Amino acid sequence: MNKPDVSQIAEALKEKFGKAILSQEQLYDFPDFIVDKNTVSDVIRFLFDDERFQFRFLTTLCGLHFPGTEKPFAIMYQVHSLIHNLRLRFKAFTTIDDLEFDSLTPIFSGANWMERETYDFYGIQFKGHPNLKRILNVDDMDYFPMRKEYPVEDLTRYDKDDTMFGRESAGFKKLI
Amino acid sequence: MELSTDIKSQQEKKQYTTLNLGPIHPATHGIFQNVLTMDGEIIIDAVSTIGYIHRAFEKLAEHKPFYQVTPLTDRMNYCSSPINNLGWYMTVEKLIKAELPKRVDYMRVIIMELARISDHLVCNSVIGVDTGAMTGFLYVFQWRELIYEIYEEICGARLTTNIGRIGGFERDFNDVVWKKLDRFLREFPAGLKEFEKLLVRNRIFMDRTIGCGGISAERALNYSFAGPNLRAAGVDYDVRQMNPYSSYEDFEFEIPIGTNGDTYDRFMVREEEMWQSLSIIRQAVDKIKNLPDKKSFHADIPSFYLPPKEEVYNNMEALIYHFKIVMGETDVPIGEVYHCVEGGNGELGYYLVSDGGRLPFRLHFRRPCFIYYQAYPEMIRGSFLSDAILTLSSMNVIAGELDS
Repeated sequence: MNKPDVSQIAEALKEKFGKAILSQEQLYDFPDFIVDKNTVSDVIRFLFDDERFQFRFLTTLCGLHFPGTEKPFAIMYQVHSLIHNLRLRFKAFTTIDDLEFDSLTPIFSGANWMERETYDFYGIQFKGHPNLKRILNVDDMDYFPMRKEYPVEDLTRYDKDDTMFGRESAGFKKLI
Repeated sequence: MELSTDIKSQQEKKQYTTLNLGPIHPATHGIFQNVLTMDGEIIIDAVSTIGYIHRAFEKLAEHKPFYQVTPLTDRMNYCSSPINNLGWYMTVEKLIKAELPKRVDYMRVIIMELARISDHLVCNSVIGVDTGAMTGFLYVFQWRELIYEIYEEICGARLTTNIGRIGGFERDFNDVVWKKLDRFLREFPAGLKEFEKLLVRNRIFMDRTIGCGGISAERALNYSFAGPNLRAAGVDYDVRQMNPYSSYEDFEFEIPIGTNGDTYDRFMVREEEMWQSLSIIRQAVDKIKNLPDKKSFHADIPSFYLPPKEEVYNNMEALIYHFKIVMGETDVPIGEVYHCVEGGNGELGYYLVSDGGRLPFRLHFRRPCFIYYQAYPEMIRGSFLSDAILTLSSMNVIAGELDS
């Protein structure tokens, strides 16, 4: 079996999913695809099933938050084809009103806790997840701590304020 | 006829016992809670609760300059913290495209393989403890002590090491390090052999561990297992060979694999990995001796690597760089990197999103423990309670890494 290269995969994906593959670039040593939010689980399923590629190892997935952009929330998926030793990264962006993704648990059992972690920290819902509840934080927490608007420390502390270094604060707005 | 329906109804009425194993239990090494449904001594089902020592590392990392993130990584897998530290530095070095001298790479290989040995030593000897053989545990800890002394000579710390710097090491290895390393390479093989003699072909140990907590290769892959646990199931996935980092491509070593993925296989895979690590350390020491470069211990990246103190006082550029690094004024490229290293428990990954500021915009740790611990209920279903304890320790689940 020949090792497919990234352009072959990109072609196959474009052929199959058309406009849902929004962009493709090489970030350092990693091929990075931005995919439409509703298609990303189908893309991963396709790569899992396809005999040419066999991406059957889910390396990791995590949530991302870019406040101030049009689609601030995202999930990053990384899949690995152990046979060809090829890694791919997918990102799917969404707005705060549409925080539901398809769960990967039917494909990868290992996605279970990763998705629970993403839900726990970002409040992103997963359709078809068997047990979507908080995993690392306490059950009665009423916010999603990894979102950028939640400050890491007590608001009364000013000694660690970033403005002391002559810069604006580092990417999050204080809740006052 | 009446009798059989009676038995049937009795079976339907069968009551299971709910047993709370943990969160603080002397038999589990760390804070793990499992709510077990038991039928007598047999486990019917288990529900794991985690997060008891969650310390929000991913959130904290978004508020710390790059070099201050290292102490957080220490506290993930604290049995092999140098691997975590160096993995993080390599991620940053990948982001800033730093090129390291070969000598630094080899020095890092030595440290990482020592860390792997100490990690596997703890795991394997604890398997011994859980089967009732305390002796091995006590004996191998003198070798772990020697490894910790080596760390101590290099960086001053033992458990949470914070070893090295972005771009290399804070100082060169001194003579004591080389002497202790030499002693380790000379004396440890005999110690490890002694330990193996105690357990490897021990009838009681084999009876307890063979067939205990097994998982098939297919299930293990589906659960995204990595490291010794995946290799015990028969998949030869090792980041050191698949995606070599820190010049691992210069070394010759083998990847041991098991067949059944049970506790005995995991134990044996870790044993063999220690021998392979020893051989890697020997090769690295030889390579360092034969390098023409005899003294470099860091890369030439002045905007990230702190200059020596005497230069800071006497040299303007050094003072500027020192100030910029400490105050976090150095610009970092905007980008996304993923770097993974073979940690004690498998693929330890760092996904870093940088927005060009002095803090990581987002840092996600791929923690192998967190990912494979979710297979635990499946692995212990239908086994005895005592086997469940054994399975837990043979998976080497480290609470710090699990909860981040």
